[in-house]
Amino acid sequence: MAFTLYSLFEAALLCINAVAVLNEERFLSKIGWGADQNRGFGEEVGVKSQIIDLIRSVRTLMRIPLIFFNALTISLLLVLG
Amino acid sequence: MDPPTAKKSKQRSKRHQQPQLFDDTSMHPPAGTYGQSPGYPQTYPQGYSQGYPPQQAYMAPGTAGYPGYMPTGHPSEPAQHYGEQIFNDPMAAMAVQYGSNLAGHGKEYVAKNIDKYVPVSRLKYYFAVDNGYVGKKLALLFFPFSHMDWSIKYNQHEPVAPRYEVNAPDLYIPVMAFVTYLLVTGVVLGTQQRFSPEQLGMEASSLLVWLVIEVACLMLVLYIMNMKTDLKYLDVLAYCGYKYVGMIAVAIACMIFNNMGFYVALGWVSCSIMFFLVRTLKVQILPEAEADQLTGSKRRIYLLLLIAILQPIFIYWLTSGLFSYRPTLIGKMAASL
Repeated sequence: MAFTLYSLFEAALLCINAVAVLNEERFLSKIGWGADQNRGFGEEVGVKSQIIDLIRSVRTLMRIPLIFFNALTISLLLVLG
Repeated sequence: MDPPTAKKSKQRSKRHQQPQLFDDTSMHPPAGTYGQSPGYPQTYPQGYSQGYPPQQAYMAPGTAGYPGYMPTGHPSEPAQHYGEQIFNDPMAAMAVQYGSNLAGHGKEYVAKNIDKYVPVSRLKYYFAVDNGYVGKKLALLFFPFSHMDWSIKYNQHEPVAPRYEVNAPDLYIPVMAFVTYLLVTGVVLGTQQRFSPEQLGMEASSLLVWLVIEVACLMLVLYIMNMKTDLKYLDVLAYCGYKYVGMIAVAIACMIFNNMGFYVALGWVSCSIMFFLVRTLKVQILPEAEADQLTGSKRRIYLLLLIAILQPIFIYWLTSGLFSYRPTLIGKMAASL
C-alpha cells in the first residue's frame, strides 16, 4: 500500500512497454487486431476499433521517448538500487 | 515575483471581456519596485534580470520602459562585486545576454503551450467558490438524499463558476479535503502511538498515486467506450476528489469510536458518496444517450455504476491503514464516560 510516485512512474513505464512490444504483423494481425482490418467504414466506431487505434498510436508515438525513459530508469536502478 | 506580475497584467488586459470571478486582492503595483529593490537583483546575475523587462514592457503598457536590452555594463544599483566582475569581460557579457534571451524565449514557449496540458484559463473557474457554495456542497456530500434538482443550469459548452451553481464541480473542496485528510491521518496515527513524520509523506504519495490511477482509468474507459461527454479530466479529478471529505469523517470516527465507529461511518459515507455521484453524473453522462444508439445508453449506465462502486472500495482501501486493534486513548476515554 505504500506507493510512491516513483512506483507509479515505474508501473506506467512497464505498461507502456508492454503495449509497445506488441508486434503488428506477427501478433496483432493473427488475432484480428491488425491496423488494416478495421478500416473501410467510418461509421462504426466500436470498442475494438478504439482499442486498435489506441495501441497503434501508442506504438507510433512512444517509441522514441520509451528508449529515453527506459535508459533513464535502468541507469537509476543500477545506481540507486 | 516576476512571472506572476506578468501573468496578472495579461489577465488585467483581458479582464473587461470576462466576468469578474473573484476579488483579486493580490494586485501589486506593476513592477513598481522591480528596479529599486536592491535585494532582488542581487540574487540573479544582472543580465538575467534585465532579460525580463522587455516582455514585461510588452505585456503591461503601463510600466515605464526599462533602460534597454543590452546590459549597460555598470548597473546603477549597488551591485555586488561578483556582478561587476562579470561585466568587465565582454565574452561573458555576451554569454549572459544569450542566456537571458534563451530564458525569455523559453518562458514565451511555455506560456503559449501550457494551455494544451493544464487548461489554465479553465482552472480558475474551478476555484471560484465562496463560503455559501462550500457550505452547501459539504452538506450535500454528507446528506444528498433530500436534494431535488441536480441539473446544472448553464450553457453546455461554457464552464460555469461554482459560485453561481451548487451542482457544478469545483477543485477547491477536493484540494482542501486532501490536505485535511493527511493531517487528520497524522493525528489518528498519533493517538495510536504509531506516528512518525515520514508517514505523512508516504501517505501523501499513496493518496496521490491512487488518485492518478483512478482518474487515468476513468479517462481511458471514457475514451475506449467512445462516449462524448462534456467531462474534461479536471471534472473527473474533481468528482474523484470529493471522496476525501468522506474519508475525513471516517478517520475522525475511527479515532473517537474504535471499530464500530469506523464501520458505521464507512457505511454512511459510502452510501452518500455513491448517491451523490450517481445523481450528479447522471445529468452529465446520460443525456447524451438520446443522440446515441440504444446500446450507448447501456454502456453509460455501466460506466456510472462503475464509478459509483469504485468509491466505497477506494474509501475502504485507503482508510484501512488507520484501523488498529489497539484502542486509542480517546476511545478509552469515550468508553469510560
